[in-house]
Amino acid sequence: MNYEPVIGLEVHVQIKTKSKAFCGCSTEFGAEPNSQVCPVCLGFPGSLPVLNASFLDAAIKVAVALGCQVQEFTKFDRKHYFYPDLPKNYQISQYDLPLALNGFVDIELESGAKRIRVKRVHLEEDAGKLIHADKMSLVDFNRTGMPLLEIVSEPDLYSPQEAYEYLNNLKSILSYLDISDCDMEKGSLRCDANISVRPKGEEKLGIKSELKNLNSFRAVRDSLTYEIERQVGALGVGEKIIQETRLWDDKESKTYSMRSKGEAKDYRYFPDPDLPPFIIKFSKVDEIRKALPELPKEKQVRLMRDFGLSEYDAGILVFSKKDAEYSEDCMRKYPKENKKQVANLLIGPLLSEANNRNCRLVGLDLSAENLLELIDYVDSNKISHLTAKIVLTEMIDTKKKASVIIQEKNLVQISDTSSLNISIEEVIKENDKSVQDFKNGKENALMFLVGQVMKKTKGKANPKILQELLRGRLKDA
Amino acid sequence: MSCQKLYKFSAHQLREKLNSREIKSEDILLSLSERIRETESKVKAYVRLNGQNLKFSSQTPAKTDGLLNGIPISIKDNICTEGMPTECCSKILQGFNPPYDATVIRKLKEAGALILETKLNMDEFAFGSSTENSFFGVTHNPWNLACVPGGSSGGSAAAVAADEAIAALGSDTGGSIRQPASFCGVVGLKPTYGRVSRYGLIAFASSLDQIGPLTKDVRDCALVMNVISGYDPMDSTSVNMAVPDYTASLGKDIRGMKFAIPKEYFVEGMDPEIKNIFSEALEQIKKLGATYQEVSLPNTKYAVPVYYIVATAEASSNLSRFDGVQYGLRIGDRGQVAGDRGQSAENRLIDMYNKTRGEGFGEEAKRRIILGTFSLSHGYYDAYYLRALKVRTLIKNDFDAVFKDFDAILAPVSPTAAFKIGEKASDPLKMYLSDIYTISANLAGIPAISVPGGFTKGKLPVGLQILAKPFAEEVIFQVASAYEQATPWYNEEPKL
Repeated sequence: MNYEPVIGLEVHVQIKTKSKAFCGCSTEFGAEPNSQVCPVCLGFPGSLPVLNASFLDAAIKVAVALGCQVQEFTKFDRKHYFYPDLPKNYQISQYDLPLALNGFVDIELESGAKRIRVKRVHLEEDAGKLIHADKMSLVDFNRTGMPLLEIVSEPDLYSPQEAYEYLNNLKSILSYLDISDCDMEKGSLRCDANISVRPKGEEKLGIKSELKNLNSFRAVRDSLTYEIERQVGALGVGEKIIQETRLWDDKESKTYSMRSKGEAKDYRYFPDPDLPPFIIKFSKVDEIRKALPELPKEKQVRLMRDFGLSEYDAGILVFSKKDAEYSEDCMRKYPKENKKQVANLLIGPLLSEANNRNCRLVGLDLSAENLLELIDYVDSNKISHLTAKIVLTEMIDTKKKASVIIQEKNLVQISDTSSLNISIEEVIKENDKSVQDFKNGKENALMFLVGQVMKKTKGKANPKILQELLRGRLKDA
Repeated sequence: MSCQKLYKFSAHQLREKLNSREIKSEDILLSLSERIRETESKVKAYVRLNGQNLKFSSQTPAKTDGLLNGIPISIKDNICTEGMPTECCSKILQGFNPPYDATVIRKLKEAGALILETKLNMDEFAFGSSTENSFFGVTHNPWNLACVPGGSSGGSAAAVAADEAIAALGSDTGGSIRQPASFCGVVGLKPTYGRVSRYGLIAFASSLDQIGPLTKDVRDCALVMNVISGYDPMDSTSVNMAVPDYTASLGKDIRGMKFAIPKEYFVEGMDPEIKNIFSEALEQIKKLGATYQEVSLPNTKYAVPVYYIVATAEASSNLSRFDGVQYGLRIGDRGQVAGDRGQSAENRLIDMYNKTRGEGFGEEAKRRIILGTFSLSHGYYDAYYLRALKVRTLIKNDFDAVFKDFDAILAPVSPTAAFKIGEKASDPLKMYLSDIYTISANLAGIPAISVPGGFTKGKLPVGLQILAKPFAEEVIFQVASAYEQATPWYNEEPKL
């Protein structure tokens, strides 16, 4: 039988406010354990929570950016479970009246665009962190009470790749809003996945498992791939899927059963009597909506319009907000009408440099001015694209300007026909077979010979002139 | 100066003596210490006293204009005091020294009050109406040592009645200030929900709890309210409204005022003596030029069940933090709680929770945690908690309707006077029913006071309850003061 996976994601985003969700403690990452705590976030008897207004504002910002309906009447609930990292043994969260409902995230697939619905967005507080030492467990309460936003998708994702794209697009939107570090390693972005499979054509959802301990987007994709295989395999041999929570083991690339629904906890949700329900005025939502920064989709359209970029190129450039701003800056400062030259350099060599170094474009620390100086060398035919790539790497490594590197290494391209002719003659002599091949109609042979001349000139030959010269010379020969 | 028996005086009288430099604050402390030494072994209003000299919070920069400058105030054991034990009279909070003051304590200190380190006895976590549920043992009613002082603020009421405290703070979730005030013949006010900050009050039922004064007279009650009332940014449920000078309401006549008497309160189980005393009180009110009329609060019959669903649900949640991890009692292994999918470690953790909570909580606390956990459980929530919230709204609406036409409601505080120690201890349901006249005010969030209203033939005090609409404490003080001035009960003293 042919099965189809159905996936829904729950994303937790830590909101970057100065103080915690319900008290005045600092949210700075990496402080000495238990140094950023107070009676409120430690859940001491008698202490009371007070909602941090900037947490709510940031949450509304996210909700609006995801196209959600921000609810006029909302409240906090207590979610109960006993664990030492949860000092009150309940978490302040939102249950039946969340902040916002019915949003969406658009993703791009090979088959085209797809809209993934966002079911709800709600506010909650984070728990602390257990540290398991030798024969004992310690609790760090610094993270306790950190402001979290939970973003729950509808089960609209039908493959691990779709889930991966959804996460990337969601993260992109969040980074534009500048409300979170979105750093999975620091735990400021976390994701749980609900996955079930059903026979193709069937409408009813299958029994789901909830995957936890997903520490990267790759882990989300890999664990889903594993889980689909496991579930389909089980169904194939007539086993029943049970509803359970499964932990992803990144090293072994497997999921393990953590607890089944039979042992599922009853969280005993009820409205938190310490935090009265509150009304969010439409005017406030509207104000936040109006102040929303340009979002990736809008920026993409604008880059296409302003700089004549293709949808694909613009799509790549807008992914990260800072990179998009950098790219835009470069293109704006580029004097020519046609920006393709800049876009190609950004999306091609520069992006691969960034990928090699596991950083963003801005992480390369290359100023727009220096990049444009390099492009000017290419535009004026002083260096080839090939040389430009080499210079680029050097610029990033040494922080030197293009002009300095080109001068030091004497890289200005040879456009002078007489000196190129010398090399051409040498190459023709040394590569008799290729010359014959070309004459016999093998066009490829020309490129080989061009390559040989390039080698001799250490890549400095002007490729256009070289090709012309070589073609003429071979015709004569 | 202690020959003057300063402990007998009210806070406002002592303020006058201090103002005229007739006495010094130390004289009051000495006199109070002496009194406690004399009578505490009979009353047992305080906990952790250990026969030592009384200790007070050091007076933060003495403000000579502070409303309570130099006046010692005694505090119920569930209100946090920085560096002074606060244990809710529960074993599970043994040794808990809060690192912070409750907002009311901060305000008292700022007004120059001296906070007694030894705290007042109470039912564990305020669960009870007799102070018999205290880990430290029962407090005795100063009017009859064989009787309970009421509860849960039994220690507060008994201490004020026995002159072992000049004034005290208690907390009221379902009558825990008014009922002991009635049983002990003192003044006790439950303010409007949101009038006094709950920050630092160890929560029983967050939507019902209010801190309030227990005092020797109405003026002291108004004086303490002037100090502790007001908006607190640390408490999201406190209300941002200006605080009037409550003492300005004292001494005004009540001619022409209209009072309502809820007919549903005169039900089976009400002691005929209580009924008589209440009727006499009404006669007195009439003499003062006011009128009264019977009204209906039709949903009164639901108040007790609604209260015990809402209060226990919130309590079960609020008390989940007492787990042995951070503070108070811990019984069990110190060890790794959860390693790599380690079941045995997980079991050790649960074992620690079970032992700590099993031994730390008393019977009544366990009963209420179980009741509350049940009504919040999946599948029961809608039938119990949600329904109770809806009926709670109906109860509130009943009061709103009455206050459209009346200035205040007059009612008894409790169906009986103080009962014998042990009389109801084994029957929780009977004990719950004794809250019948007080819990509605908590459910509706309205202010209510108990002022001395007479005595039974057995010489036990009985209170008169005055209830008003939200934030109408001024009306309550006006009526209470007029009634107090017209009656002799205030002059009576227990013989100890």
